[in-house]
Amino acid sequence: MATTAAAPAIPATDSYVGTSGVWSWLTTVDHKRIGTLYLFTSLFFFLLGGLEAGMIRWQLAVPNNHVLSAEAYNQMFTMHGTTMVFLAIMPLSAAFFNYLIPLQIGARDVAFPRLNAFSYWVFLFGGIFMNASWFVGAAPNGGWFGYAPLTTLQFSPGLNIDFWVLGLQILGVSSLAAAFNFITTIINMRAPGMNLMRMPMFTWNAFVVQFLLILAFPVITIALVFLQFDRFFGTNFYTIAAGADPLLWQHLFWIFGHPEVYILVLPAFGLTSEIIPTFSRKPIFGYPVMAYATMLIAFLGFGVWAHHMFAVGMGPIADTVFGVTTMLIAIPTGVKIFNWVFTMWGGSLQFTTAMKFAIALVALFTIGGISGVMHASPPADLQQTDTYFIVAHFHYVLFGGSMMGIFGGIYYYYPKMTGRMLSEKLGNWHFWLMFIGMNLTFFPMHFSGLYGMPRRIYTYDAGQGWERFNLTSSIGTAVLFIGLLIFVYNFLIAGRRGAIAGNDPWGAGTLEWSIPSPPPEYNFARIPRVTSRLPLWDVKTPTLNAEVPHTDRGDRRLDVDVGTKHTGHSHPNPANSYPQQATESGMHIEEATGKSAKDLGIPMPNQTIKPLICAAGLTIMFTGLLFIHEDKHSLAIATILTGALIMTMSLYAWVLTPLEDHH
Amino acid sequence: MTHAAAAHSAHDDTHGHPPTSTGLDNKKIAIWAFIGSECMLFASLISTYLIYKGRSVVGPYPHEACLPPGCSTPLKAILNIPVTSASTFVLLMSSLAMVLALAAVETKDQPKTTTGEKILGSSKLWLWMTAILGTTFLGFQAFEFTSFVHEGLTIRTNLFGSSFFTLTGFHGAHVTAGVLWLLTLLAIDYRRGLGPKDAINVDLAALYWHFVDVVWIAIFTLVYLIK
Ligand SMILES: [Cu+2]
Repeated sequence: MATTAAAPAIPATDSYVGTSGVWSWLTTVDHKRIGTLYLFTSLFFFLLGGLEAGMIRWQLAVPNNHVLSAEAYNQMFTMHGTTMVFLAIMPLSAAFFNYLIPLQIGARDVAFPRLNAFSYWVFLFGGIFMNASWFVGAAPNGGWFGYAPLTTLQFSPGLNIDFWVLGLQILGVSSLAAAFNFITTIINMRAPGMNLMRMPMFTWNAFVVQFLLILAFPVITIALVFLQFDRFFGTNFYTIAAGADPLLWQHLFWIFGHPEVYILVLPAFGLTSEIIPTFSRKPIFGYPVMAYATMLIAFLGFGVWAHHMFAVGMGPIADTVFGVTTMLIAIPTGVKIFNWVFTMWGGSLQFTTAMKFAIALVALFTIGGISGVMHASPPADLQQTDTYFIVAHFHYVLFGGSMMGIFGGIYYYYPKMTGRMLSEKLGNWHFWLMFIGMNLTFFPMHFSGLYGMPRRIYTYDAGQGWERFNLTSSIGTAVLFIGLLIFVYNFLIAGRRGAIAGNDPWGAGTLEWSIPSPPPEYNFARIPRVTSRLPLWDVKTPTLNAEVPHTDRGDRRLDVDVGTKHTGHSHPNPANSYPQQATESGMHIEEATGKSAKDLGIPMPNQTIKPLICAAGLTIMFTGLLFIHEDKHSLAIATILTGALIMTMSLYAWVLTPLEDHH
Repeated sequence: MTHAAAAHSAHDDTHGHPPTSTGLDNKKIAIWAFIGSECMLFASLISTYLIYKGRSVVGPYPHEACLPPGCSTPLKAILNIPVTSASTFVLLMSSLAMVLALAAVETKDQPKTTTGEKILGSSKLWLWMTAILGTTFLGFQAFEFTSFVHEGLTIRTNLFGSSFFTLTGFHGAHVTAGVLWLLTLLAIDYRRGLGPKDAINVDLAALYWHFVDVVWIAIFTLVYLIK
């Protein structure tokens, strides 16, 4: 294995990775720190969502159980879904976007560091807002999909849905702001030589996800605005008596909701596409096809939403069209699966924990994908919809797909983020417990579903053939919890006790491994020259990279103009060379120097509290709306205006202050 | 390539910001992404309006309508197309003023001799003009909203009221944000003068302004003109 000798341990002094202390975290604009904040916060919410799942499985373990009341059960499954989608998997992906995108494209930060901090704080406050509902006994209870008219004031009079609607609006602001930021970063901040077709596969997936976010989120924003207006101002968008279409919400929600599935799973695909080539010691099979398949999945993803609505009776033409488009998506998705398999084919496989999780993703996502194709067929869907078969399907996609990929990503990138390795031994336990627990929990649901067990019921009678399956699922959940506890233990102690990682513990080929772990605040002392898709392999193990095309045209920003195509292990690659400055050419590796940005004269953005204050103002503004239903109108107006004022003033102060000191 | 250029790039790497991949300013790319996102926002609003067209169970209705059977008592149309045409014209003119404002900022450094050149080169004049025309449009909208309320159409009356006020209200809120943006630029212009180096910031406001204008054209056509 092509590891570097462990880098001399340089103490992580203030000057090297930035200042420490609580204030430095509140005011940080460093994408790595923001990524870390995202990671910790979303892992916390993941555990919370897991506890909610645990309560659900406890209640359903045996027939006629009374651990939870029907109302508490509704709140539990609604918050489980909402938490896992919006507060766990999306921000876990955002943690990797933040940490990795700038490192993978050879940049020193994202395009708008302060906007990035704002995104995180809005996410945190949105998550707190949503969960604050527990403390007033009014947790959302209308399902994560919040179907109107069920969620209108007439049928859901409590504060529950208000928390849900407003919480999602807050979280939407966070996702949109982050997406504008990452799109700009990826388009505009790539290192010289980092053409689009050289971007690491994770960055490619992240790039596509940002487009899904900016195009899908406005649609749910409007659906939520309608619901908000119906609930607060008495409009009629979802009032059937006024002539409203009972399917309006479903259409708007699923136009967002299906792309959301790819928002949840593509980042995990990206992580898997980094892990598998590294541990197969082969470049990824069919790189351009992988990139195009990602784009095609995203594009088709906007044309399939009504497959969630076959049961509402849209008619044979709509059913057929949406059935066919849904089946079409299986093609680019299948392409990805095969490309991962072909990447492993003939490779020298190393079964690290990260690799095991990645392989598990390929296997488990395939099962979820196949059951997905099953209910792409409307007649089959009519049997399966609203049963546990669907629950099995999307947990294979979201747990087997997203979470397995994310855990793999955590094992793979933890050394980069902390400078220390997670324990492979504990990781092995974690993986197998999770893999077994996950299948034990969700595989029987296929059967309970086919035996007719409906979703969202808080209990069931004995004698319908569901007992064994439910008990097995609940035992599986317990196994998952043991695995999760081992992970948490591993995660927390490895930061202090793990082996020193060095730049590149796995012998990977992408830019983030060419710099020390954890990276210095400026990431790259010298911006790298990217010579191929796997620039680090060009330097360290060029034979592995022989098949990968190298620069066939120059880079305008380098004034390099080379017309011939270079392949193979000729290194340094002539295409990115300066004839006069041979030492400046090609890819380089940076060892830990302990030098600060100031020492090196690298301009860094100033830390600032303004994004946090602005995010707080936004949250206060939304909180004010809650008081309307408490009939405290003047309090509501006062809170809304205070929030708006805080937000506007901090926004002006932020925009009018330059990002960094003049240099 | 020249040695000097290479040396310059190398210098940029360590002591400043590397040039961007596209050569465009980051903010320019972000605003285009933002506009793309806003397209979906307005597309959702406009489609809902169109889906709900003709589904209101009580009046007032946007266009002349008949109650079955026959057309014995045709219902009055509430939309005032002549007035809205005027406000649409005002908003279109504001886009012209915005173009001139941006041109004035970009060419601030060029010497101006004739009165015409001086007028065209005054960024303050054209920014004011844009802001005032935008505010006039908002005045028209306020007038329209109040007269609708007097005729018995509020956001709660029927589906038309809900979808109409929400759609045009969202657009009006965007125009308001644009006017505030213009006033902010004007404040900067009075404080220290906007010059070519600020052109990117004026350009962003202009792109946003034109986008809001284009959205209005779509709304005017789909909501007001098509019966
Ligand atoms: Cu779907």
